[in-house]
Amino acid sequence: MFYRENGQFKTSYRSDQQIFAIAQDRWAILALIAFAIVGVPLLVDEYMFRAILIPFLILSLAALGVNILVGYCGQISLGSGAFMAVGAYMAYNSYVRMEGMPLIVALLAGGFFATVVGIFFGIPSLRVKGLYLAVATLAAQFFCDWAFLRVGWFTNNNASGSVSVSNLNVLGWTIDSPLDKYLFCLAFLVVFGLLAKNLVRSAIGREWMAIRDMDVAAAVIGIRPVYAKLSAFAVSSFIIGVAGGLWGFVHLGSWEPAAFSIDRSFQLLFMVIIGGMGSIMGSFFGAAFIVILPIFLNQFLPWMGGLVGVTISTALVSHTEFMIFGALIVWFLIVEPHGLAKLWSIAKQKLRLWPFPH
Amino acid sequence: MAFFLEALFGGLMAGMLYSLVALGFVLIFKASGVFNFAQGAMVLFAALAMARFAEWVPDWLGLESKFLGNLVAFILAAVLMYALAWLIERLVLRHLVNQEGVTLLMATLGITYFLDGLGQTIFGSDIYKIDVGMPKDPVFFLDSVFPGGVLINLEDVYAACIAALLVVVLSLFFQKTGTGRALRAVADDHQAAQSIGIPLNRIWVIVWFVAGITALVAGIIWGSKMGVQFSLTTVALRALPVIILGGLTSVPGAIIGGLIIGVGEKLSEVYLGPYVGGGIEIWFAYVLALVFLLFRPQGLFGEKIIDRV
Repeated sequence: MFYRENGQFKTSYRSDQQIFAIAQDRWAILALIAFAIVGVPLLVDEYMFRAILIPFLILSLAALGVNILVGYCGQISLGSGAFMAVGAYMAYNSYVRMEGMPLIVALLAGGFFATVVGIFFGIPSLRVKGLYLAVATLAAQFFCDWAFLRVGWFTNNNASGSVSVSNLNVLGWTIDSPLDKYLFCLAFLVVFGLLAKNLVRSAIGREWMAIRDMDVAAAVIGIRPVYAKLSAFAVSSFIIGVAGGLWGFVHLGSWEPAAFSIDRSFQLLFMVIIGGMGSIMGSFFGAAFIVILPIFLNQFLPWMGGLVGVTISTALVSHTEFMIFGALIVWFLIVEPHGLAKLWSIAKQKLRLWPFPH
Repeated sequence: MAFFLEALFGGLMAGMLYSLVALGFVLIFKASGVFNFAQGAMVLFAALAMARFAEWVPDWLGLESKFLGNLVAFILAAVLMYALAWLIERLVLRHLVNQEGVTLLMATLGITYFLDGLGQTIFGSDIYKIDVGMPKDPVFFLDSVFPGGVLINLEDVYAACIAALLVVVLSLFFQKTGTGRALRAVADDHQAAQSIGIPLNRIWVIVWFVAGITALVAGIIWGSKMGVQFSLTTVALRALPVIILGGLTSVPGAIIGGLIIGVGEKLSEVYLGPYVGGGIEIWFAYVLALVFLLFRPQGLFGEKIIDRV
């Protein structure tokens, strides 16, 4: 009844090519952003910020980056954790080694170096594809794990590779309370989300999708595979790198290479698959699902145990958590292999006809 | 020279063990097109089962002989792996037929998490020992050729022999038996195999079971070498470069790839490691595999990838 585009006539190219063509979508997004800025801080407490909202924002940014590479360009990558690590450590180095480096510039510099590394490790994609490529990108993961642990320069010669930053501020705005951190990450996410949304519907985004659907056919109609694949690697690893920088600087404060281990790569890939490949919205859904699920299980299992009169030890909780997480992933892949974004679009379709479906 | 030979032999032995894990990957990939990330978890699960059963069985049955205890434990663990294969086929694979490769990959990652949790819930999460009577003493040989001889771990030699034996048995199974022929048919073409009446579902159970057995053997060997613990799962990550080097679809590729990776890893660690701070084995294997891939994208022995529009 409310969600339909009847009567919305497009009278100029400008209005025809808006990101959100339907007015209701535009308002919904604006309302959502406004709510995230104004409403959320009024409603949630500090724990929610620290445990759920900030990780959610940063990881959805990273998932966005992974989705561009995996979902839009079809290049399976298991090295996303490495690109996050590069972003975090290079942002740290540019922040610490250069006097008076502004925070945002440092984070973007981290993203830039992640881009360079991403392009370098993307080169094999020109020769190998599919699962071979997935394993090849693991090289990036293990190399970076090793480099940040063993090469002293990256970590100011700290033996365990752990570094820390403090006194974050942007133009006099000191970022230390969870609310500040939340708003800072939110700003990044909104900007990058819009950029990504625009990018995937531009010429280059269509090239990526053509490569994903069939690379030989794409090459035949004149899309340069080299350019398309490497640009996807570049854009994706830039976004992942910035997310890595935020994860280190804003969420963790002090971190070591283990924060960006291979589990992180898997986690990001899970987000993309569960959220929906080739969907910007899907990245957010996936991130929310993966961030909230372990926290939920962690709270829920002891409560369940208490209900039936069994005390569950912490070790058992963590093992059961693993089991339920794994089982849920498999179950989810079986019932909805196209991810949450698919459910979302089905719901939107239904909503357009509601309450009078034909 | 003796030092070089020592490193070389060490590498070959380690390589044999990698091929054992890689074999599990290749078998499943060939028969069902699933890139089975859960192989590492299966190794851990099987090893845990073996270690704990070997501990429990003598108590249950009142067996005195260690050999009998181990044998019963091995059979029980094998039965468990069969049940696992059946469950995976029934609950997961059957519902994911015709999905994209990456979806299947993610499903096996889900299985990985599940198995890690399950194994540690049932069998506990400490470090356990597997004692199947492998000799632990190092021996020297070729004393007459080099001063001091070449130091070799007898355990590694045994392990390599067992691995080689398993490979021989598997290739006989694949080449000579009816089931093996059916497996190869499925690997070649699912639809064609199905059309001549080969039951795909049963083949998948069998192939996951065979992969489970290789995981069990690999788990026993690694477990008696370094104890059964969670870090066994990383063995799978070490074996990944082996399969892309050898080719995802080639059994001999897994063996030769394993040897190349084993030797490359060891030699690089010994000769290159000291210059860059050590610990380079893990990524060196991947880089080595990558270099091969740049020249042969399908791996050394993989089927040639032909793209059609």
